[in-house]
Amino acid sequence: MTRLSTPSRPRRSLASRIPLFDQVRSSIGLQRGMLVAGVVITLAFVLVAILAPVLAPFGFSQLRSSGETFGAQQPPSSSHLLGTTVGGYDVLSRVLWGAQTALLTIIVSVLLSIFVGIALGLISGYLGGWLDRVLVVVCDAVYAFPSLLLAIVMSIVISGGKSDLAGGILAASISITVVFIPQYFRVIRAETVRIKSEAYVESAKVIGTRAPRIIVRHVLRNATRSLPLLLTLNSSEALLTLAGLGFLGFGIEPSAAAEWGYDLNKALSDVTSGIWWTALFPGLAIVLAVLGITLVGESLNDLADPRLRGRRAAVDSGAPSADDDAVPHGAGASGDPLIDSNEEARP
Amino acid sequence: MTAELATPDPASAAPPVAARRSASSGGGLLRYLIVRFLLIIPTIFILVTLVFVLMRSTGDPITAAQGGKLTAVELAKRIHDAGYDRPILVQYFEYIGQVFTGNFGNTITDNRPVTEVLLTYGGATLELAFYALIVAFVVGIPLGMVAAYFRDKAPDAFLRIFAILCYATPVFFAGLLLKLVFSVWLHVLPVAGRASTGAELQMQVLPGKTGIYLIDAFQTGNPDVIGDVLSHAVLPGIALGLLTAGVFLRLVRTNLIGTLGTDYVDAARSRGVSEFRLVRKHAYRPALIPIITVIGLQIALLLGGAVLTETTFEWKGLGFQLAQYLASRDFVAVQGIVALLAVIVAVTNFIVDVIAALIDPRVRY
Repeated sequence: MTRLSTPSRPRRSLASRIPLFDQVRSSIGLQRGMLVAGVVITLAFVLVAILAPVLAPFGFSQLRSSGETFGAQQPPSSSHLLGTTVGGYDVLSRVLWGAQTALLTIIVSVLLSIFVGIALGLISGYLGGWLDRVLVVVCDAVYAFPSLLLAIVMSIVISGGKSDLAGGILAASISITVVFIPQYFRVIRAETVRIKSEAYVESAKVIGTRAPRIIVRHVLRNATRSLPLLLTLNSSEALLTLAGLGFLGFGIEPSAAAEWGYDLNKALSDVTSGIWWTALFPGLAIVLAVLGITLVGESLNDLADPRLRGRRAAVDSGAPSADDDAVPHGAGASGDPLIDSNEEARP
Repeated sequence: MTAELATPDPASAAPPVAARRSASSGGGLLRYLIVRFLLIIPTIFILVTLVFVLMRSTGDPITAAQGGKLTAVELAKRIHDAGYDRPILVQYFEYIGQVFTGNFGNTITDNRPVTEVLLTYGGATLELAFYALIVAFVVGIPLGMVAAYFRDKAPDAFLRIFAILCYATPVFFAGLLLKLVFSVWLHVLPVAGRASTGAELQMQVLPGKTGIYLIDAFQTGNPDVIGDVLSHAVLPGIALGLLTAGVFLRLVRTNLIGTLGTDYVDAARSRGVSEFRLVRKHAYRPALIPIITVIGLQIALLLGGAVLTETTFEWKGLGFQLAQYLASRDFVAVQGIVALLAVIVAVTNFIVDVIAALIDPRVRY
């Protein structure tokens, strides 16, 4: 066990800069499998989204090639690997292009909600007072409300329900953002309230540092611990909300972009007549994308929670020598030079 | 210190305050219930205001619904008649006043009171949520116990992936797949709807019909009708229930693993109680308490999921109706239904919190 991991030690400083590297290293067994599977699926999803123009045999709104129309509801064949939809689009192409819409929506919505949520949480938590109380009550009210309904209302407000690619993605993203802001707000506010009373913040106050600088330098940097986890969980939720909006007809027009939820809505009547390929593939795309992101998020969550971390972690590292048992896996990954030299010296 | 020196009043006022506080802490539960109940009002108020402001910021609902169909003059007349050309604040206070008297406005497309829409279709949604919760309990809790029992072994791995799949599969996709397999290919269950026409006709003529088909079906006393209603409920119930089942499974597993490590379970284990019995008898009861609190949040998720499930299965409930109104751009109806759902969510959260407080004294503050 120790011998295997020894060669990678010197390079750790470099390798640990890769996101998730430390987490993969400190995980074991099933947990590692889930994390790695999640990372692989998520990477594949991102790659498909970026390379959609290259991978897709046709455009997402293409109805004919070389003068011939595709035909509606064609079963999978050599010319259309996954068949065609009721609107006469190529299913495979729309599934691949759909990844792009999904990824853009995730990025825009998560970025927007992070910025707004963090800003509100920091200000509310640091300043306190009536503003804090009002924001907490409002965010709690919004948090308890069915997110999909809120997103529907928002998308009516923003786009009147239908729109083109840029407008549609923005509308969907902002709709989703409104749902997420309370979550970031809660987390960041709670952390801010805790950090506010720390000694280093008080000493910064004593030497006359202004509030904005304290908030940015001292509070913000320490309040973002749990963000990566929230971020992954929200990404998958954003995808599901986008699909839900699309399924209810609030998606993006098929001529503007491919959207999985919209395609499933159109496939609703196909299923009754036994046409499976128009529903199965966009649906599987949603499931896979959400699964990948959720696996990453879940594994991060479990690794951060000592109650759920794999039990064998202690047994494995404890086997070679007794004093190694005192060093938990998580601490080893933190890059403490003392622990490093100890382990280097042992073999 | 300084306050005491400056004015003698606070010091003399202090003892009664302290006395009152210690007296009221005796009635902890009652005080908690009252505070919690009063918290509903700002929640509803905020949500209704939010929905009003958002919906009205797009313009007046009549233009949205009838924009292309009427001439400009007719449109202006109808807007004036409905009072949508008055200052927005006046409309807002009128709306809030109406909401507090239980009037959520009339729909534009078919001119019915929103409360009537709720009464007609709310039962169906309630019924669907009920079936979904049954599925969630029956699937989620035992499987969560199994996962905790086989912690880090193959069954646990399988069940955890199952739980994540439950979450990752959109309810409408799960619905479509179930429909495809069981209705279209195997022909064992109906494709859509809440009951077949014959059964619906029998239930329509009932004197005391409730709109909740399960109750109505038992009222007819006809086993065919009961079977028909139940067979229609299976697929939508599973599609929506699996979503919550995944949440329950994970929650039970996590909490059970937590309680299995506590001292009293260790004590029981050292007395020779079998591991199976530990899970079954000792550890699982305290692990169920968090589920009750989580149900509160699940109600919101279920209502959101119900909109999608009802659309998938043409289940004529509130969510299906909401989707219809959305499609016909009847934003008064949408605003009314959403505001009503906000009230329902707030009230169910209150009820759930009360139950949690009754079961677990630590919740009361």
